[in-house]
Amino acid sequence: MLSLLVFFPLVVAAVLALARRMPPRVATGAWVGAAILETALTLVVVLGGSGAGTGAAGTGKDLAWEERIAWMPGVGASYHVGVDGLSTPLLLLTAVTFLACALWSLRDPDRPRQLAALFLFLQSVTVGTFVAQDLILFFIFFDLSIVGMYFVIAGWGHGDRRRSALRFFLYTFLGSLALLLGFIALYLGASPRTFDIPELIRAGSLAATPGLAIAALVAIVIGLAIKTPTIPFHTWLPPAHTDAPTTGSVVLAALLLKLGTYGFVRVAMPLLPEAWRALAPVVVAIGIVSVLLGALLALAQTNVKRMIAYTSINHMGYVVLAVGAAGLAGTDAVAARLAITGAVVQMVSHGLITGALFFLAGALRDRGGSYELGDYGGLAAVAPRYSAMFAVAAFASLGIPGLSGFIAEFQIFAGSIGAAGVVAVALPGILITAALFLRAIQRLLTGEVAGRAQGFTDLGRRETAVVGGLLVLSLLIGVLPGPLLALIEPASAQLAALLGGS
Amino acid sequence: MSAALLAVAVALPAVAGILLLVVGALGGSRRTERIGAPIGIAVAALALVAAILAALGRARLELPFLTARGAGATELRVDALAAPVLPLVAVIALLVLVFATGDATRPAGRFHGLMLLFSAAVAVTVTATDLAVLLFAWEVMGATSYALIGFRWREPARVEGGMVAFLVTRTGDLGLYLAAGAALAAGTGWRLDALPDAQGPWLAVLAAGILAAGLGKAAQLPFSFWISRAMAGPSAVSALLHSAAMVAMGGYLLLRMSPLLAASGWAAPVAAWTGAATAIALGVVALFQTDLKQLLAASTAAQLGFVVLAAGVGGTTGGTLQLIAHAATKALLFLVAGAWLTAVGTKEFAGLRGIARRWPVVGLVGTAGALSLAGIPPLSLWAAKDTVLAAALEQNPALYAAGLVGAALSAAYSGRMLALLWRPASRGIGGSGRDGAPEQHWDTEEKGTRRVSALAVAPMLVLAIAALGLGVLALPGPRSALGLAGDVEPAWPELLASAALAVVILLLALVRPPRPWALALDWFGMERAARRVLAAPTLRLADRLAAADDAFARLLDGGNTVLLRSAAVSARVDDAGAVGTVRRVARTTSALGTAARRSQTGNLYQYYLAAVVLLALAVLLLIVVR
Repeated sequence: MLSLLVFFPLVVAAVLALARRMPPRVATGAWVGAAILETALTLVVVLGGSGAGTGAAGTGKDLAWEERIAWMPGVGASYHVGVDGLSTPLLLLTAVTFLACALWSLRDPDRPRQLAALFLFLQSVTVGTFVAQDLILFFIFFDLSIVGMYFVIAGWGHGDRRRSALRFFLYTFLGSLALLLGFIALYLGASPRTFDIPELIRAGSLAATPGLAIAALVAIVIGLAIKTPTIPFHTWLPPAHTDAPTTGSVVLAALLLKLGTYGFVRVAMPLLPEAWRALAPVVVAIGIVSVLLGALLALAQTNVKRMIAYTSINHMGYVVLAVGAAGLAGTDAVAARLAITGAVVQMVSHGLITGALFFLAGALRDRGGSYELGDYGGLAAVAPRYSAMFAVAAFASLGIPGLSGFIAEFQIFAGSIGAAGVVAVALPGILITAALFLRAIQRLLTGEVAGRAQGFTDLGRRETAVVGGLLVLSLLIGVLPGPLLALIEPASAQLAALLGGS
Repeated sequence: MSAALLAVAVALPAVAGILLLVVGALGGSRRTERIGAPIGIAVAALALVAAILAALGRARLELPFLTARGAGATELRVDALAAPVLPLVAVIALLVLVFATGDATRPAGRFHGLMLLFSAAVAVTVTATDLAVLLFAWEVMGATSYALIGFRWREPARVEGGMVAFLVTRTGDLGLYLAAGAALAAGTGWRLDALPDAQGPWLAVLAAGILAAGLGKAAQLPFSFWISRAMAGPSAVSALLHSAAMVAMGGYLLLRMSPLLAASGWAAPVAAWTGAATAIALGVVALFQTDLKQLLAASTAAQLGFVVLAAGVGGTTGGTLQLIAHAATKALLFLVAGAWLTAVGTKEFAGLRGIARRWPVVGLVGTAGALSLAGIPPLSLWAAKDTVLAAALEQNPALYAAGLVGAALSAAYSGRMLALLWRPASRGIGGSGRDGAPEQHWDTEEKGTRRVSALAVAPMLVLAIAALGLGVLALPGPRSALGLAGDVEPAWPELLASAALAVVILLLALVRPPRPWALALDWFGMERAARRVLAAPTLRLADRLAAADDAFARLLDGGNTVLLRSAAVSARVDDAGAVGTVRRVARTTSALGTAARRSQTGNLYQYYLAAVVLLALAVLLLIVVR
């Protein structure tokens, strides 16, 4: 089932890539159809898998829909996939995000067939990363996502797109190589040697050599931190976002950044719990710096897309903060569990909200030809639907309750402060984010109609549906978080227990 | 049954409000314009009935869907403190919506939608029993208040006012996030009634967090200036948010948490003295305002000072009475100011001189409110304030004296307000006289309609009766019926002394209003100070950091090129013996990388080589160690 989920988009992508004669309409239709089918498959996986694995208590990981096929027995790598509460929320996010992108691109005239193939390829490797239970498999999917996104930015971007794409490729690729070094160290340190994640958790790796364990963790953390990105590894992100096409930015922010944070909870924390506890103060510090600096840098931006890109650094900083604090929680399993659950909710929430914001930024450029806040004014008068969507998305992003961001940030802060009081110094991040979004609302939407806002056409029905859909999901999580939390809790409790040393 | 009633009181306005907003935003604004007011009023009326019944039945409502399975369910509950406040907020919400309909606040769909959503958040705040739910509702109140203050978004100053109000109160709100973490660290959990059990430093952190949130929302020092900017909102908004609901919720939170403040040892006196200081400082500010709504705003902060003072000295009964009496009185006065603003297009006293003679009914109900605000016996705020002060006297005579000064100031600014509103326009009056006929100052803020509709007056009459009569709650009988018994009661000499003080000062202010004082008129420059000390440096820091960040990015770009060139030289590493795994990885990436290069200038080649070097190193490591 999971293999179908991983490879179905890839097969469609291959067909689209090879069928040179296919009319554009058919290609985009096939893309939307595939995205809908993939969403249905994801729902089956999530709903059907929630009860699975619970009987296998004591075996370490409780995975649902597990598949394992011998692949390279010589190096202890196998094709091993499976899902748990850390991955299923992200699978749902993946399906929703790509469906939204497919719908958004329905009338895109620029090489639609190739774009569809590329995005389906990206979907495949993203899903693959989230279900991989083998380090090599994880690494391959993780790396291929970089290649796919490189082509999206270089091929469909605007502005200085080649340079931005190159910078993106360079940074994240070097990051992934650091990750690979860490993975190889894990492999070598395990007995018997294996790349299999559950086996590594059970048997432990590098437990006898704490120094090496820390070195391996540092390599892994650097690799993931570049992808996340945290300060000071973030310089590739703003240009990549600014020059990427709208759907590219959406996938980059909503999903590719999550590959980094997902790596923390899937690989770094459970495989090297001792080293993680030792390194946790550093991780917390990086998180705090990312939260505060990300917010301040966003506050200084006048380009709305760059601004949203910097808020991503701030929002991912909350995740890093939380996973770091979980390592400091010691025996306080409640705080650790809350922080980890909050981190996973934040990944989903940020995906939905920032996805919506990047769609809206794209609509701004489509109509006005500029991302500059100062070029617009009084949009609420000419484009009420656009303005309502933007306002709701902004409030969601600044963490107003009723929308998903609050559920995430409240749990992250409560859990992290509960685990390590020093985290409280990151609280002003919430305030700065509020200030910058309110300022953006004020400049773009309110006042008299000015500049490029004149003659601005409001969102069409399809655009409204795409953005509205993401925001409705954010609202659902914000008002009824119970089901999502129930999905995540068992896995985060397990991870908290692993970290607690029990 | 009672659970269902509480659910109606909370969920009905929330759902109706969101529906009005969503339908309006998606293009149905013409429809919501027509049905907005009827729906808003009907829903508010139903919510009021449900709130009264829920209060009488001491309802509790479990919210299992908010938490994951197994984590203890959270609940809303109407306890002794919430029982009078929940219906109070509901009734004022209803009256204000009726007024807004008579006052033609437009667009009706968005206005009623936001107001309903806001009152739902208040209902949750009042009945919340744990920190998570409290913070949830607390922040929704803040967000809707932003939208309501900046309701007329075409005017930048109004949007800016909403932003200032939201950011300042949210600064205090961070305290609740902090408290939520501290409660976990202290091991008490989030239940509000368990928080005082915390020990050690976490107890202090908890108290500090709650105190900051309460003082911020209640517009106490040093946060007070936001309420001045909040006056940019429609009058109906001020009548609900800045009298009965949002500001009052700050005081309410501190009343509810007064055991925690007391347990911490230091937070209770800090709260008490902050309340007393606000009552005095903002009383002075109110005394020198030249704008009716600004006077009322400053007075709100000052009157809430008594509630906060009550929370600090453990006088929950007095605090609740003060909260209720002030809500009715101030809602009334804001409606009066709003009716005149609509009629003559200004809220400056220069244009309002003698206006009570022109609209005597409005003038008379306004006078009832002003007399209650002044603490004239036997009106509602007189007895309430003395109940607070009696509790203060038990703790500390200095606190009592400070409170009396605050009470005297209330009488003074109420007297000045009455003088301005009633004196014939021909006679100049301190600070606002000698500048021509009031008519010259009309229509300066908006175009006046020159009439006050009957629908706008009706709610004022109800509120006037409440402002006059709620004093009976201070009597032992009604008080114990409300479940508010068990506090210190004011002795007769104190009651008489404060009554005499109020009457004398009121008369004095009527006869000889004070000379203008620019510093007090400017709210002691609080907003400018906050901008200079906090906002401006933060923005400057952000700009500097952004410049530094750009330089850092350029540096990395340059550095990488050098690094990669040198790495390319040593790129001849034999990877012939590579193990299948890594080779496969290399081959895949290599193929894709080659493809990538085709679309590129030569640059990528170097980067790619560097990547191969690193990859080769990884392979080498694997081979050597195996």
